[in-house]
Amino acid sequence: MAKWIINNASIGLALLVAVVVHAEEPALPSGLDLNAAEPDLPLGLDDMDIDDSDLDEQSTQGITIDGFVDFRSGSWVDKHHYQASRPLNEVRLQLEMEKEFSDFTFAVIADFIYDDVVDDYDIALENGQGWLDLRAANIVFSPLSFMDIRLGRQILTWGTGDLIFINDLFPKDWNAFLIGRDVEYLKAPSDVLKVSLFHDVANLDLIYTPRFDSDRFIDGSRASYYSSTLGRTVGTDAISKVDRPNDWLRDDEFSLRLYKNIGAYEVALYGYDGFWKSPGGLNPATGRALFPDLFVYGASIRGPLAGGIANAEWGYYDSRDDRNGRNPMINNSEQRLIVGFERELAANLMLGLQYYLKRMEDYSNYRQVLPAGAFPVHRSRQEYTARLTWLTMNQNLIWSLFSFYSPSDDDGYLRAKLQYKYDDHFSLELGGNLFWGDNNRTFLGQFQNNDNVYTALRYGF
Amino acid sequence: MYIYKQTALLLLVVFFALPASVYAEPTVDEIVHRSNMTTYYQGQDGRAQVKMSITDNQGRERKRRLTILRIDDAKSDVVEGAVYQGGQKFYVYFHRPADVSKMAFLVWKHLEQDDDRWLYLPALDLVKRIAATDKRTSFVGSDFFYEDVSGRRLDEDMHELVETTKSYYVIKNTPKNADAVEFSIYKMFIHKTTFIPVQVEYFDKAGVKYRIAKALGVKTIQGYPTVTKAAVENLKTGSKTVMEYTKVEYDVGLDDALFTERYLRKAPRKQLR
Repeated sequence: MAKWIINNASIGLALLVAVVVHAEEPALPSGLDLNAAEPDLPLGLDDMDIDDSDLDEQSTQGITIDGFVDFRSGSWVDKHHYQASRPLNEVRLQLEMEKEFSDFTFAVIADFIYDDVVDDYDIALENGQGWLDLRAANIVFSPLSFMDIRLGRQILTWGTGDLIFINDLFPKDWNAFLIGRDVEYLKAPSDVLKVSLFHDVANLDLIYTPRFDSDRFIDGSRASYYSSTLGRTVGTDAISKVDRPNDWLRDDEFSLRLYKNIGAYEVALYGYDGFWKSPGGLNPATGRALFPDLFVYGASIRGPLAGGIANAEWGYYDSRDDRNGRNPMINNSEQRLIVGFERELAANLMLGLQYYLKRMEDYSNYRQVLPAGAFPVHRSRQEYTARLTWLTMNQNLIWSLFSFYSPSDDDGYLRAKLQYKYDDHFSLELGGNLFWGDNNRTFLGQFQNNDNVYTALRYGF
Repeated sequence: MYIYKQTALLLLVVFFALPASVYAEPTVDEIVHRSNMTTYYQGQDGRAQVKMSITDNQGRERKRRLTILRIDDAKSDVVEGAVYQGGQKFYVYFHRPADVSKMAFLVWKHLEQDDDRWLYLPALDLVKRIAATDKRTSFVGSDFFYEDVSGRRLDEDMHELVETTKSYYVIKNTPKNADAVEFSIYKMFIHKTTFIPVQVEYFDKAGVKYRIAKALGVKTIQGYPTVTKAAVENLKTGSKTVMEYTKVEYDVGLDDALFTERYLRKAPRKQLR
């Protein structure tokens, strides 16, 4: 008995010595020191617990509601008489609801808008005007293991360009893009049936748009642009009038993408049958802008290169209403090409570079039939873009610059943005859109009177 | 004589039947491989809900809530011959905060080449490819690096057993390519029975300890010792991130197809709860 006690005492002593000797070693975490009478846990752990009661509540109900309130106001750097009072001055409440019923998921994203600039509250869901902009209202299900269907209003994107789109012919909102709305609003919703098929050989996306969804193009109501018919820069004084293909099932669009991964490279083939998404022609009898027939096919590849990501994308724009380029009132066919590269320069500093080429087909025909006095565009428009993103303060302060520059047309566009995430709910944004050009008739030069700066405050929930 | 023989035989049997650890310390190689397996490769796949709390030096707290799914290329946990080791795929789905809600992040981790990474931005329906050269950058603004979440390749460091304490193997790791990383060495305290790295200390080029990763809680789940709470503290910036793993499950039977563009665009809801 005495011997046992001594033995135990010496073991205890040895343990004590061991502890003293290795005082620098970490204490065992809870769950590992099963033998210790009192777990030697570091203090202050309990107050690290994250309160997420709201999340647990949500997940049990099977419905999620997210959203934000966004206050956004901007000014023209130099206001012209044909421009709206401000580029934007609006409050936007976005509500996003998602609900599952067995194998079906319903999603609705609705923006409720108070817009001080346009002050028009009649809802036009097609072009997003009025107090409601319905961004999404769709149902998703998988009728077969290798098939997904998404039916209804949705935002669609594919292709490899960064803010340049060749084979992505889904509607864009160029007004939102130029006047300082969040970049998510560059994409306007489509009303479609999307069928996706998945197979080891390749995957296929088929998208049917029963009625043409055009871009929310620059029509003068917000940003000014060059009107070739009037021969000057116009804005609210001459908002463009269009004849939009509008018949259900007849004026429809069809898009497809066939894609697969080959090693680390993503390759894709694309097809589109529809219309020029922004006005691409003019009816000389009515003076109204047209959306002529357009057929596009193309291909892309994206993958790792030299420590970054490289991409290349090509597309052929077949302007079917003017196949030989002899109709001066309708866009000619075009080749389009992007080559891009993005990589990290240093931790939290990213650089993206792109080269973009638009090359007109049948250029000599175009020049021959061009009306006297009309401004001739170059056969090729070349553009370089550079994106610089710098994340600071634990990625809560984001500096972003995106510049377009065209050496062929000598014009450019700079998008600058500074965003500060104050906490998990509030973020503050300052930004500007600056344009320049040698000539007010080139692609970006026509926007040079639209320089604007804006500020935004957002509360997310 | 017969009895002696029997006893000798019995002793012999007992001796060989004993686990190796009783009479021989594992080699450094074995320790780091066991630790690597335990930390990143347990089971053929796994799923966890993650609560993240990032606290800056002024005490301001930001929270993230995400789900992580993982699948291993190697369908084995055998450490001998490094059979367990191989490529892995991770799917990370963000629930909170609002500005990242419903975003999804896909990583194909490779041993022989740079990882492939994609980020899905639901508001734009955009699948963005992300360069993955620097794995030692912040994971979603936290003090964890990408490499802390998906693992650092063992052959990138030289490993040295510098001390064996009552509870730990203390391993000093020296990078083979010192220019590629911000640390000069890191020291791991690997728990002797579970092989969990309970504490990892990073020293900068001047030899000053500046970053500590800790396992704060461990549970045995389906027989696998699992870190359920971990923290990384940056001693230079005073910033600290705590990650809590809940609803941890192994061998869920995840489909390899989950880790593709299909499920970036259409979140696999049943697997994310």
